[in-house]
Amino acid sequence: MTNEIILAGFGGQGILFAGKALAYGGLIAEKEVSWLPSYGPEMRGGTCNCSVCISDEPIGSPLVNDPNLLIVMNTPSFEKFIGTAKKGAKVFVDSTMVDVTTDRKDIDCYYVPATQLATDNGLSGMANIILLGKLIKETGILDLETVEKAMSKCIPPKKANLLDANMKAVKIGMNYKD
Amino acid sequence: MERKLMKGNEALAEAAIRAGCKCFFGYPITPQTEISAYLAKNFAKAGGLFLQAESEIAAINMVLGASSTGTRVMTSSSSPGISLKSEGISYIAGSDLPAVIINVQRGGPGLGGIQPSQADYWQATKALGHGDFQLLVYAPASVQEMVDMVVKAFDKADEYRMPAMILADGFLGQMMEPIEFPEIKAEQVEKPWAANGHGGKRAHNIINSLYLKPEQLEKNVFERYERYEKIKATEADAEMYLTEDAEITLVAYGATARVVKSAVNMAREQGIKAGLVRPKTLWPFPVKQINEAAKSAEKFLVVEMSMGQMIDDVKLAINCSKPVEFMGRTGGMIMKPVEVLEEIKKIGGKK
Amino acid sequence: MAVVFERPKALLDVSTHYCPGCTHGIIHRILCEVIDEMGIEGDSIGVCPVGCSVMAYDYFACDMIEAPHGRAPAVATGVKRSNPDKFVFTYQGDGDLAAIGTAETVHAATRGENIVVIFVNNGTYGMTGGQMAPTTLPGQVTQTTPYGRDPKIQGYPVRVCEMLSTLDGTALAQRVAVDSVPHIKEAKKAIRKAFENQKDKKGFSIIEVLSTCPTNWGLSPIEAIERLRNEVIPYYPLGVYKDKEGENND
Repeated sequence: MTNEIILAGFGGQGILFAGKALAYGGLIAEKEVSWLPSYGPEMRGGTCNCSVCISDEPIGSPLVNDPNLLIVMNTPSFEKFIGTAKKGAKVFVDSTMVDVTTDRKDIDCYYVPATQLATDNGLSGMANIILLGKLIKETGILDLETVEKAMSKCIPPKKANLLDANMKAVKIGMNYKD
Repeated sequence: MERKLMKGNEALAEAAIRAGCKCFFGYPITPQTEISAYLAKNFAKAGGLFLQAESEIAAINMVLGASSTGTRVMTSSSSPGISLKSEGISYIAGSDLPAVIINVQRGGPGLGGIQPSQADYWQATKALGHGDFQLLVYAPASVQEMVDMVVKAFDKADEYRMPAMILADGFLGQMMEPIEFPEIKAEQVEKPWAANGHGGKRAHNIINSLYLKPEQLEKNVFERYERYEKIKATEADAEMYLTEDAEITLVAYGATARVVKSAVNMAREQGIKAGLVRPKTLWPFPVKQINEAAKSAEKFLVVEMSMGQMIDDVKLAINCSKPVEFMGRTGGMIMKPVEVLEEIKKIGGKK
Repeated sequence: MAVVFERPKALLDVSTHYCPGCTHGIIHRILCEVIDEMGIEGDSIGVCPVGCSVMAYDYFACDMIEAPHGRAPAVATGVKRSNPDKFVFTYQGDGDLAAIGTAETVHAATRGENIVVIFVNNGTYGMTGGQMAPTTLPGQVTQTTPYGRDPKIQGYPVRVCEMLSTLDGTALAQRVAVDSVPHIKEAKKAIRKAFENQKDKKGFSIIEVLSTCPTNWGLSPIEAIERLRNEVIPYYPLGVYKDKEGENND
């Protein structure tokens, strides 16, 4: 089984971080993993995405073209990637930031007001992690313990105090029912 | 040892430290900057020196200076910067100096783009500067190989007294994969030729590439080419993937080989006997391995992120005895596995 | 019989390729006298340029490296940074240092690289047959300024010591000449000071030596010395342009 994941949004929304946490989770779960960022000339504010593969097999191309899992955090990314999702894909949308929906019936779309939830819970800037929590809940690709280990690997030592807040965000995402 | 998730550029930089590199001279350019940033942060703690030069030209000449004293030294850049380094690389080769040079390729020509590319194959393997000379050219296809090959490049550069290049691309530099750092035994190579102060114990050493007498210059070049023959016989390396019974054999290196491997797997699932030769050394080119694959292959398909450069070496390797087709994207575009699969189907295996 | 004059040990006993009357010989000699007097031959590494002194690696007894055109300060940076306890010097001409190698020179100076640069300025590209150099005087006839250097067309000469004296990394910038015995003695003193600076880790020291090129100036050696004295020195005044006395960069 290979999970091919795309995470997309604006720079600054923590797209790359959430991708890295997923990849680290895969690594801890002893899977083959890869993480590939898009990169461009702008340092801040541009669109941003990354490809993450988590697989039982060695990974061929780490560039995901047709994801079976997709996290989108802004409208341009939604429009760019919604058509690429594989049949049967699960798509996690930050509905605070994305004001459109899809007509596709062959995919499961979860609309989570992640940015609003983050603000309401004093977790501003952690909408990415809320969506990650929802993804984990709906796919079961990682268990909570693994996610916590992965988070502690990805959070730089200087910000170690943010681990609890991140885990709180994961749980909010897991428990969100739309 | 624990597997870590690291970016290709950072893993390469860490491996260089562990391989006993003592100096790094660089100049900023996308998409290799993480190498400099990592070393700026971590090299001094490990007893190394990181220096940002005023240009790529200065950086490669600092490499020449440090290498002249017998110091393990590295520089890194991306395509336009490598063009600027080409003068210094020719002098390094002409002075029989070891050095490790990283090229995290981006699209060209000119300023080109900053997305991954493989359009510097000719430059790396045929003409990185003026004169008769070669570099060892390694082509990693994973973050683990970024680590393993940089270690090897230092050892082989010292062993053969010549520059070695890691020809990577923006894709490998930017991606993260799990890696393990191998146990590296810091090989202390004797360098009696080094210009590091004779201390009154020997005659003076001269590091030089100038030989005004043609007889002498020819002799020097002949001697270098004898070494090259030995290298061709022993150092060429390739991964052979499902080639034994392959009727259509693909040839690809670096990041492209990852895409092609996915396509080969898809083809096999559909009953097409496809295989992949993945050169791990581009110079010396794995001629023997290509010919090994040619025993069963009816056709070759070379896939590159360029307009077709390595394809020449594949044709030469088999003396054009089999059809060699080409598929490429350029300018920073990356082909999809399914597109490669379509090409495999289009040109077909055995008739 | 007492020996009162002999070849410096750091200057190898070989014949050089320099033209008759060329002052490179004098400059080589005083540099080697300094190396002998300080007893640092075994700890010295020299870097040669491209130009007339391209083959100086055959004349100096210390370890030597031949650099690409203009890149000697970058090469010396690599040598010094990997061997901070060794003495490192470059020996460069005006085309090498002040045209193609301007960036390397300026940045080695501004980094305060702890090296010595011997800059031999004779206002011409000697090795290639006497073309205009960055330091060629206005009006001077060369192969590529057959009607004389015209500032309206070819611009003005570069005054290297003055330029480098503005940089914080420069420890010593001094211009000397080899047209007379007192000046030669002064030049040797300056070179000694530059090497002492390196010993004391003071940073970048450049000694610009005004020199002649009888062959390409089309003059006899004596006439060339006279031109140096009467035309060149007035344009490039001798003296100390920067001296970071008493500071320690350690």
